[in-house]
Amino acid sequence: MKKILLALVGLAVAASLVVAQVRKKDAGPKPVEALRETYRTKTKPSVDHALFAQLKGPFRRPQDVTAACISCHNGRHTEVMASSHWSWERVEYVAGKGIRAVGKKNVLNNFCIGVAGSQQSCDKCHAGYGWADASFDFSNPMNVDCLACHDNGGTYAKKTGGAGLPEPGLDLAAVARKVGRPQRENCGMCHFFGGGGNNVKHGDLDVALLDTTREVDVHMGTDGADMACVDCHRAEKHQMLGKAYSLSSMNRNRVACESCHGAVPHEDDLLNKHGYKVACQTCHIPEYAKVNATKLRWDWSTAGKLRDGKPYEEEDGDGNHAYLSIKGTFTWGKDVVPEYAWFDGTASHYLLGETFDPSRPLVLNPLGGEYDVPEAKVAPVKVHRARQIYDTKQRVLVQPKLFSAAPGDGGYWGDFDWNAAAAAGMKEVGLPYSGSYGFAETEMNWPVNHMVAPKEKAVSCEECHAREGGRLAKVGGFYLPGRDRSRFLDGLGTTLLLATLGAVVVHGGARIWFRRRRHAGGK
Amino acid sequence: MKREYVYPAFGRFWHWTQAFLILFLAVTGFEIHGSLRFFGYEQAVRFHNGAAFSFLVLIAFAVFWHFTTDEWRQYVPTWKNVRAQAEYYLFGIFQDAPHPTRKTKLKKLNPLQKIVYASLKLFVLPLVWVSGLLYMFYRYPQKHEVLALDVTTLEPIALAHTAGAFALLVFLVAHLYLTTTGHTVTSNLKAMVTGWEDVEEEPAPGAGPSHAAATPDAR
Repeated sequence: MKKILLALVGLAVAASLVVAQVRKKDAGPKPVEALRETYRTKTKPSVDHALFAQLKGPFRRPQDVTAACISCHNGRHTEVMASSHWSWERVEYVAGKGIRAVGKKNVLNNFCIGVAGSQQSCDKCHAGYGWADASFDFSNPMNVDCLACHDNGGTYAKKTGGAGLPEPGLDLAAVARKVGRPQRENCGMCHFFGGGGNNVKHGDLDVALLDTTREVDVHMGTDGADMACVDCHRAEKHQMLGKAYSLSSMNRNRVACESCHGAVPHEDDLLNKHGYKVACQTCHIPEYAKVNATKLRWDWSTAGKLRDGKPYEEEDGDGNHAYLSIKGTFTWGKDVVPEYAWFDGTASHYLLGETFDPSRPLVLNPLGGEYDVPEAKVAPVKVHRARQIYDTKQRVLVQPKLFSAAPGDGGYWGDFDWNAAAAAGMKEVGLPYSGSYGFAETEMNWPVNHMVAPKEKAVSCEECHAREGGRLAKVGGFYLPGRDRSRFLDGLGTTLLLATLGAVVVHGGARIWFRRRRHAGGK
Repeated sequence: MKREYVYPAFGRFWHWTQAFLILFLAVTGFEIHGSLRFFGYEQAVRFHNGAAFSFLVLIAFAVFWHFTTDEWRQYVPTWKNVRAQAEYYLFGIFQDAPHPTRKTKLKKLNPLQKIVYASLKLFVLPLVWVSGLLYMFYRYPQKHEVLALDVTTLEPIALAHTAGAFALLVFLVAHLYLTTTGHTVTSNLKAMVTGWEDVEEEPAPGAGPSHAAATPDAR
């Protein structure tokens, strides 16, 4: 009987070992390898636009190209016109402010401050044609610019200061015959160069991403997954996933790492648990601006110095603009370690006309969230600091007119007169201007999402779990092992320990002393 | 003096494994706490968690052993002779006075040890285990889960765990020193290694009052 039992147990153990081995082999490639395979395989478009008679051209005006697009893709323009690429605003709930239409149209930033009065220049990045001033017709579908996003030939370009119209002299028909799914170049034209130069605003969106390595960006590296922007920023009816919190307020329509990698991406459960309260980006983007520098500080108050009556520019040692007469003084950073903050996917915004306290830095887009908020996670943030113009009497930020089409129109970049620029800009947005201005400290938060490093380069435990100087040294509201402690408890414990050691030394010493005396006395 | 088998094999195995685990948990634990750097944070956490589970397994066996062998009765605290034992450590020990209580297989702990070990087993170790398990399985405030199960902060759990760790360290220091108070400096240590210890003979009836406690409790 015993033998039979033993044999059965032995068999069971052997069988389970075999099953365990087989199951291991059946597990297949790891999810991340499967993902890499999926995205490396480039799909060929099903149709060749070069063969369509409608695109033969020639097209005299860009609007004629749009008409040709709509003649087949009828209805698609309504999708574009419902998107923020066209409207430059979204109706959103802004924490503490209520439901508001917010967007590039009306929210101030601390780079080139705002669009109003400078549409001709800023609207180079509008997905439309001819938005030069407030009279632009947002309901005219012919003004939709299909080519900016869909040119796959790399020849399309919009004119600087041209209110979104293309460079004159382009063969629009040739461009139109090479349209397709948006490429990195299409998105990057605006999203890399926002703020007036490469990588100025985001810090993690750099023209270098057009052709890069997985060391810089594990997703976009041509030696890695080689993904295009729209592989993550997917679109349904021209509504792109993802949002920048310089303008957005609500926790919706975001791109999430988890949608591809799942909620438990690590083999180690201890790391997966970090995901409850730590955003993926916090560990996986140790630095940003890894190839080219990004602007960290912009001081408008020094702008306007002229040499021989003319604006000039100075470069810092790395070839970045250190000073521009039209914009002021800049500080740049490369390989920047992010700052960290609780972030629940919401942000409030300073809205035009609100009064503020100029004695403290004004945060233009405070991020929502703290430890106790279920959605909130610690996230890496690029903080951009600036000194920008405000109305000292009314204590409101000023929307200055920057772009100057003709001398004397108030545009600061032509006239170098802050008062005139403030008056013209505030008139454009329909707000009063007192006539006296100063410069106030402001901050903007730019959550960092790109330039994800290969996993070997992820932030190590000690970089946060450190008593002093850790990456999360300033992130509060919770107990972080290795960083936090009770000084009282540690002091009490150490004292007790030392007291016990002291007692041992005294007691032991006394024993030795008494024994010696006894022995001496015994002799 | 006669040699007696005071510590049975499992008891010794349990003691030394527990001693190693507590030391190891102290080193890794205080590294996690930020007091020292040795293994590196990641390894320290892994080792600490692994050792903690080993400890729990050991405890399960030890509890079983304590009850099946009736060993647990050794730890029932008593006030009897506490004073005599305290006086011995404070005065008698320096005069080479005899131990006030006699060690036998059935009565291996003196009254002070009983009190200290019982409080360790009833309060300090459970504090460390419970807070340690809560530490490991702490649920962060998160969405899509049962909110009522959330502990809103790790802080009290971590502080309780730290307090327990300090208490164990203090015990460890005192315990190590007190092993030197046997017949010779190393006789207690040797006994815990081999199981055999030189113990005093059963006293003749009418011996000194300080030996009164030597008679084992009637069971």
